[in-house]
Amino acid sequence: MKIVIINYGAGNIQSIKFALQRLGYNALLSNDLEEIRSADKVIFPGVGEASSAMGKLKISGLDNIIPQLKQPVLGICLGMQLMCTHTEEGNTKGLGIFDVDIIRFNHGVKVPQIGWNQINMLHSPLFQKIKENEYVYLVHSYYAPIVKETIAQTHYGVEYSTALHKGNFYGTQFHPEKSSIAGEKILENFLNL
Amino acid sequence: MLTKRIIPCLDIKNGRTVKGVNFVALRDAGDPVELAEAYSKAGADELVFLDISATEERRKTLANLVLRVAEKVNIPFTVGGGISSIEDVDILLQNGADKVSINSSAVKNPKLINDLAGKFGSQCITVAIDAKRIADKWVVHLVGGKVPTELNLFDWAREVEKRGAGEILFTSMDNDGTKEGFANKALNRLSKVLNIPIIASGGAGTIQHFVDTFKEGEADAALAASVFHFKEIEIKELKRQLRDHEIPVRL
Repeated sequence: MKIVIINYGAGNIQSIKFALQRLGYNALLSNDLEEIRSADKVIFPGVGEASSAMGKLKISGLDNIIPQLKQPVLGICLGMQLMCTHTEEGNTKGLGIFDVDIIRFNHGVKVPQIGWNQINMLHSPLFQKIKENEYVYLVHSYYAPIVKETIAQTHYGVEYSTALHKGNFYGTQFHPEKSSIAGEKILENFLNL
Repeated sequence: MLTKRIIPCLDIKNGRTVKGVNFVALRDAGDPVELAEAYSKAGADELVFLDISATEERRKTLANLVLRVAEKVNIPFTVGGGISSIEDVDILLQNGADKVSINSSAVKNPKLINDLAGKFGSQCITVAIDAKRIADKWVVHLVGGKVPTELNLFDWAREVEKRGAGEILFTSMDNDGTKEGFANKALNRLSKVLNIPIIASGGAGTIQHFVDTFKEGEADAALAASVFHFKEIEIKELKRQLRDHEIPVRL
C-alpha cells in the first residue's frame, strides 16, 4: 500500500509517519503532485495558523489537487479544518470539501482546548472497534459545528464535530497519532478503508 | 468532558535522564525513551522533557532524542530548556515534539512569544514561569528560580497570554521539592485572570495534593517528577482516586 503524507511545511508530520511505522506501514512524505495522485491513501496533516497554511498549499498547487483526489484522504487537525468551506482563523477560505464553517470557541471555556476529551455518536468504519466515549488528544482553538457530515462529536462548552466524512474524504479534529492505542486503531481503520 | 492531565517531567542531560529513577522494570533507567514509553503505558497523559545540558552539542543531542521519543511514544510531549529562537523551535517540532516550553528567553525577549505563536501557532507554545513569594508578592524568577526579576507573576502571565502563549506552566519555587502540595491559591488566581490552560508544578507529594490542585487550584494539568520516578505515586492509582473525587481523568 502506498501511503503519502502531504508535506507542505505545516505541522508535526514525523509523528504521523512514526505512528504508521508502529502499525507496520512505511509512509512517504511528499508535496509532489504525482506522488500524491498515485497514492492508495493520502494523509493531510496540519498544525499552526490557517491562513499561512492555506498560503503554503496554494504555492504548491495542492489547493487544486486535494479536492480532486479519488482515494481515501484523511485530514488531521488543521488539515481537517482546511478541508471545510471557510475558517474564522485569519478569515481563510478553505478547500470546500466539507460544507461547514470553522469558528472559534466562545462558550466560557479556556482556549485553546488542550488535552484528552471523549468522542461519541460514532458512526463510520473509521471508528470500527472504537468504543463510545473513547479518549482522544486534542489541541485547538477553532471548531466545526455539528453538520450532516459529522461522524463523531465532542463536548467542550458546546457540542461540536471531532470527525467529518464525505465520500472519500475523512477528517479528524483530534490527533490519532498522539491518541495512544485508540488513535493507532483509528489510523489502522483508515488504512483498511 | 475534557480531562485533567497528569504529566511526568523528565530532566535530561546530554541525552540521558538525570534525576535518580527507580523503575525496576527498565533495562536502562537512564534512557529517556524507555522511561517515556513506560509512562505512556502507565497512563500518563503527556510528558515534559526538560533539557539541562550545557554542552556545545546540546542542540543536536536534544533533536536526536526528540526524534527517538517521537518514534516510540504515542502520547504528546513537550520539550523545554535553553530554547531561545525560532530556529531552536523549528528543529524540535520537525523532529516530532508536539510543544515547546520557553522560560528565561521569554522574559529577556517577550516578543519571542509573538514570533513563535505567529510562526508555529499558539497551541505548541508553552511559557514556563518560575515564581516565589517575596514580601507578599509573587515574583518571577530566572535560572531555575535563582535570579529574581521585576516581574509580578500575574502581570507577566497576562502578558504572556496576550502575546500568544497557548498554555502556562507555573512552578512555585516555594513549593518545589517540599512535597507539601502545590501553590493552590496562586494557581486559582491565575486561573481567574487567564483564559488559557495552566499546568501546576512544584510540591507534589501525595495523591491528595493532586486532588487539591485540581479542586482548589483549578489547574488544568499537574506536573511532577520524583513522586512518579520513585514510584511513590502510581499514575493509575492516582487517576482512580481523582475519579473518586469526581475529577475528570482519562482512565
